[in-house]
Amino acid sequence: MFKENLKMAWMNVLNNKMRSALTIFGIVIGVGSIIALITIGKSSMSEMTSEFELFGADKISIQVVGTPLKQGLVESDILKLQEIENVAGVSPTLSGYATIVASGTEKTNVLVQGKNDVYFNKTMNLLDSGRGINRLDIESENNVTLIGSTISKEMFFGEDPIGKNIIIGGVSYKIIGTLSETNNYSGSSTNDSVIIPYTTSMDLLGTGYITSVDVYMNNALNSTQITDDIQAKLIEAFNGKKEAFTVMNMQDMLSSINNITNMLSFMLGGIGSIALFVGGIGIMNMMLVSVTERTAEIGLRKALGAEPRRIQQQFLLESVFLSLIGGIIGFFSGVFVAYIVCLIMSTSLILTPSTVLLALGFSAAVGILFGITPARKASKLHPIEALRSV
Amino acid sequence: MNDNILMMNGITKVYRMGTEEQVVLKQIDLYVKKGDFLAVLGPSGSGKSTLMNIIGCLDSPTSGNYVLSSKQINELKENELAVIRNKEIGFVFQQFQLLPRLSALQNVELPLVYAGIKEKERKMRAKDILSKVGLEDKLHHRPNQLSGGQQQRVAIARALVTEPSVLLADEPTGALDQKTGKQIMELFREINNEGKTIVMITHDQEIAKQANRIVHILDGQLREELAYV
Repeated sequence: MFKENLKMAWMNVLNNKMRSALTIFGIVIGVGSIIALITIGKSSMSEMTSEFELFGADKISIQVVGTPLKQGLVESDILKLQEIENVAGVSPTLSGYATIVASGTEKTNVLVQGKNDVYFNKTMNLLDSGRGINRLDIESENNVTLIGSTISKEMFFGEDPIGKNIIIGGVSYKIIGTLSETNNYSGSSTNDSVIIPYTTSMDLLGTGYITSVDVYMNNALNSTQITDDIQAKLIEAFNGKKEAFTVMNMQDMLSSINNITNMLSFMLGGIGSIALFVGGIGIMNMMLVSVTERTAEIGLRKALGAEPRRIQQQFLLESVFLSLIGGIIGFFSGVFVAYIVCLIMSTSLILTPSTVLLALGFSAAVGILFGITPARKASKLHPIEALRSV
Repeated sequence: MNDNILMMNGITKVYRMGTEEQVVLKQIDLYVKKGDFLAVLGPSGSGKSTLMNIIGCLDSPTSGNYVLSSKQINELKENELAVIRNKEIGFVFQQFQLLPRLSALQNVELPLVYAGIKEKERKMRAKDILSKVGLEDKLHHRPNQLSGGQQQRVAIARALVTEPSVLLADEPTGALDQKTGKQIMELFREINNEGKTIVMITHDQEIAKQANRIVHILDGQLREELAYV
């Protein structure tokens, strides 16, 4: 019986080709926009999230403003941070600007960053060639440096800079490595900067105060506890002045970004849902017209022994049919649109099984929701009234 | 009395229109024996359509007792009535009422679909009955490719395919020319000769004369035409 009803539903969809196509089109737009928006949302968000993860989900950043008496953290404070439980390493940053000279070329106002071995151990894809700063460089305050890609290109075009010397702020440094080229939106660009051991940089920059520290965790799950501990240590270091520093937990930032992306997805999905709702009204309209047109047919079917629920099933199947076809076409067109957009934004397309289920589920639900009223109307038609309407 | 396939006692149908009541059928008693060919003859507005609807289980009486094939009809619910219509009654309408998008074969199959019969048997039975009404070469024609007489034959085949206890025909020749109408009546006679009970509703005296028995309906009341009893 179900098979028969399915056949009849299919025949009726085919019979009113133009009308069915227009009705299906409404659903295609609804489902298509939901799928496109959600897929674009997911794809771009996953891009952003992975960008942030690259930045360091296992990292807690400390920015120090300092107090008039103490303008930054000192080495003993760094050691205290290192003692905190579950801390894998602490990477302080000193930064300033200096003039650099190499191969007879001079470059002014170059960002000089003092870093330690932890930074090089913990940061992925940092080096293009050579080696990073190690513990020995820190302890013996070696005059070694790593240079950014732009500097490498400008000052050592066509040659290998490693092992050569470069003058930074009037002092000669040996180049031990080059930094990978980075794009701008993954934080501060290192292309135009040089990195030296932070112990060495204290002399060069003429300050013992560290204003930026990254604390690496063994396990990001302990981030809240570690953040609390760091705060306690820093309050101690600044004599109870909380405003002297800010602690940024990457995990928290990541989750707040996730919140924003989820909200965005919901909003975009909501817009698509409105379109789908309108499409559903289209189905209901078509089905109601269809019931009216086929009143005589319904009457005849009843006279031939069709029970009300059979009639209901037939009309319900028809509307589910329409909306499912719309859902499937809508899914593919939505993915296609998302693919084009992702291509333009040069992000990779993320397609999850839940999106597929969402498209099919939504369209089937729309078919049932908006088909039930016309189907019930059809099933309740009195056979005499129906037969009389010839 | 047990050979009555159809028994009606005191069937009354009242339509309520606002405060006004219109009594369409008044205390109708009707008995039809198995194998009978009955014509219900009456002008329009006499209540014959209402009577047909009640006989066909499409409508229920306001009061009275109706037994069809030993089943108490007036107590049945909508779903049970659907089963009775499917199994016990074969409808033949004035306007044929074939589904235009289905072939002759598919139209005849339709009641068997609702009876829950498997496709293979359905096709077989529908083919058999269509060749019986002389349309074995028109199985896959659509109604609009058939003449009026052929369409009515398809409709008769559809009515017979479930082997109902009563063939219920409503002005079966009303939409046909005289010659074709005559042929259809001959087919009815043939079917009746094979033992099928037929109840035919008509306003046409000549057509009614083809039946074995005529009852007149006027103003909602039945009168037997004694000459034909």
